[in-house]
Amino acid sequence: MKSAMKERFIFVFLVAGIGFFITGFIFQMLGPLFFLRNIPMKSVEELVQEDVDAEFYQLAEDYPDEFQKAFGEPTAAAYAAALRLGRDIYIKEACWHCHSQYVRPIANEPVRYGAVSVASEYQNELEMPVLFGTRRVGPDLIRESMVHSNDWHVAHFYDPPSVQPGSVMPSYKWFYDENGRPNKKGLAITAYVQWLGSWHRR
Amino acid sequence: MNNRQSLVDYNLVTAHFIAALTFLVVALTAGFLYSLQFLGHYPLSGIEFFSPGRVRMVHTNAIAYGWLLNGLIAGMYWVIPRMSGYTVLSKTLSWLIFWVLQILVLATAVGILGGYAQGIEWGETPIFVDPFIVLGLALLAINLIPPILKASKDAPLYVSLWYFTGASIWVILVYIMGNYLPQFFVPGAAGAAIAGNFIHDLVALLVTPVGWGLMYFFVPTIIKKPIWSHSLSLIGFWGLAFFYPMQGMHHFMWSPVPMHVQYSAVVATVAIEVVVTSVLANFIMTLRGSGNYLINNYPIRWMYTGMIFYWVTCFQCAIQVTLTVQKLIHFTDWVVGHAHLVMFGVFSFWLIGIITELWPRLTGKEWYSQSLHGWAYWLVTLGLTIMFIDLAIAGVMQGFTWWGLNPFIDSIRFSVPFWFVRTLSGLMIIAGILCLVYNLYMTVRAENAYEARPVIA
Ligand code: HEC
Repeated sequence: MKSAMKERFIFVFLVAGIGFFITGFIFQMLGPLFFLRNIPMKSVEELVQEDVDAEFYQLAEDYPDEFQKAFGEPTAAAYAAALRLGRDIYIKEACWHCHSQYVRPIANEPVRYGAVSVASEYQNELEMPVLFGTRRVGPDLIRESMVHSNDWHVAHFYDPPSVQPGSVMPSYKWFYDENGRPNKKGLAITAYVQWLGSWHRR
Repeated sequence: MNNRQSLVDYNLVTAHFIAALTFLVVALTAGFLYSLQFLGHYPLSGIEFFSPGRVRMVHTNAIAYGWLLNGLIAGMYWVIPRMSGYTVLSKTLSWLIFWVLQILVLATAVGILGGYAQGIEWGETPIFVDPFIVLGLALLAINLIPPILKASKDAPLYVSLWYFTGASIWVILVYIMGNYLPQFFVPGAAGAAIAGNFIHDLVALLVTPVGWGLMYFFVPTIIKKPIWSHSLSLIGFWGLAFFYPMQGMHHFMWSPVPMHVQYSAVVATVAIEVVVTSVLANFIMTLRGSGNYLINNYPIRWMYTGMIFYWVTCFQCAIQVTLTVQKLIHFTDWVVGHAHLVMFGVFSFWLIGIITELWPRLTGKEWYSQSLHGWAYWLVTLGLTIMFIDLAIAGVMQGFTWWGLNPFIDSIRFSVPFWFVRTLSGLMIIAGILCLVYNLYMTVRAENAYEARPVIA
């Protein structure tokens, strides 16, 4: 009966069920973790300490009342809060199912989008879970900072086809108050997309 | 027969099938709605609760957890007691799991629409739902393993039970890994390696093994012949178990994840194609001399069509995974077409085949209509084939417009006709499924009692 060992529960369970899974886990998942172990992990506070984005001050100037209500003064702490909220919106609205967040070194992508992505850019709180994305209905966003102005984004999120004719991006009317001015969500998501790749401009 | 009847809880299997079909209809509706966004005619535009991105996530999650998981569980409740000769651990536990699953899928859908999605592909189940799913899956394993364990003491296990054994533990490990590590512990590129493996493993280590396990039971029992080669069955199982957990990185090729990890995923992905071909050969040879079943027997026709799609999918995998082809087709609709071929063309076809096989036995009623079977089969098969080809072409063209540095909006203007065809093909699929559901419903209502006869075209 020894030859049939491999057809017994305990063998299948331990070798295929647990053993092979762990092998795959080690090579495919702990491997990358090991190779990337020297890159320091950054919190949002550490990220914004390096620099509060100029676009964020601009946002505070463009929409003073709304900004004051949502975030108070445009400090580093407010910036961190805005980025966190923006990232959460980016996740819950599934922006990441239509936009990727990495530039590949191929297919003319460095020409279209800018510098090729490297692992250290992603070792931070806002990329946990990572937002690489697997589909580009719209363009990649990891070099989005300052590609457009704040006003452009504010108009775009309200009604994309009116800004970019032919766009199939959904409109996000709930990012705005009754007067059509961006509310906390609108300001946060704008701050977030303007932040993406801002470290490359410095 | 009586003995078998008491082994399997017929009502439980039926209940899982009904739940599965309900969520299938939900998923198809969500997919249809989302596709309208791409034509600029999203009907619920401006309503936060039905934001298109959220509806998209409901579409995929309802397919994975509502339709496929429910259906696969039903299949296992039917097969495991028959193969092992023992009942599952507890009838009460089975029903508990049933209700827990339905509540969790509903909670997932409402949670996603309410804005609590988690940022992990195929793992968008809200964070507060995750622990309960893990618990539910553990209960499921506790419920399903005892009969397998007892049978294993009596004799070597049949192929199906290897697959179910593997899947019952894999799914727990995979779910914990994918939903917790990238969310709370592993950021950035290393997190992507885990998230990529989760995308892959949910299909490869849950849906695929359970699906094959069911095929290894249903095909031989329907055509009343043993599987052609035991060695090929062994190769198929062990090859799958070994290579599948090593491929997930292929979802993030050319990304900042270290390149040698990506290379190894390519190798494992190409290797699985060899394994898959061996499994397919085994099933094709099993059918040899019984080809008339493809014409006369709808369950077999669904199942084998699914297998052909499976081979096409995996063949496609082996090509599209290469770093060269990735340059062109990654991020495009090609991949969307591929995903539909897998989740719908393969596993949904198998489930539909199984439902078609079991429904008269579960309900004790004769089929209401044979011609509706034909309508369902052809509408769904043609719809899916058109969708797949359409998206594959669209994907290649999108890749070329991006590569050629055209303004981005060009790739969208250009894709709209393809998206239009996609919506139409989706409608064909929906129409086919409605034929099926209507047939099932009328069968239950009808009076004619079932006498064990195969489904004849
Ligand atoms: C249905 C898919 C889809 C979803 C969901 C989506 N977008 Fe888009 N997005 C597009 C498309 C298509 C374009 C290109 C056309 C345009 O500019 O409107 C685009 C363009 C953009 C641009 C301009 C990029 C550039 O460089 O010109 C930004 C910024 C953007 N989207 C952000 C977002 C954010 C943030 C979300 C989530 C709140 C989101 N998108 C959700 C499809 C989508």
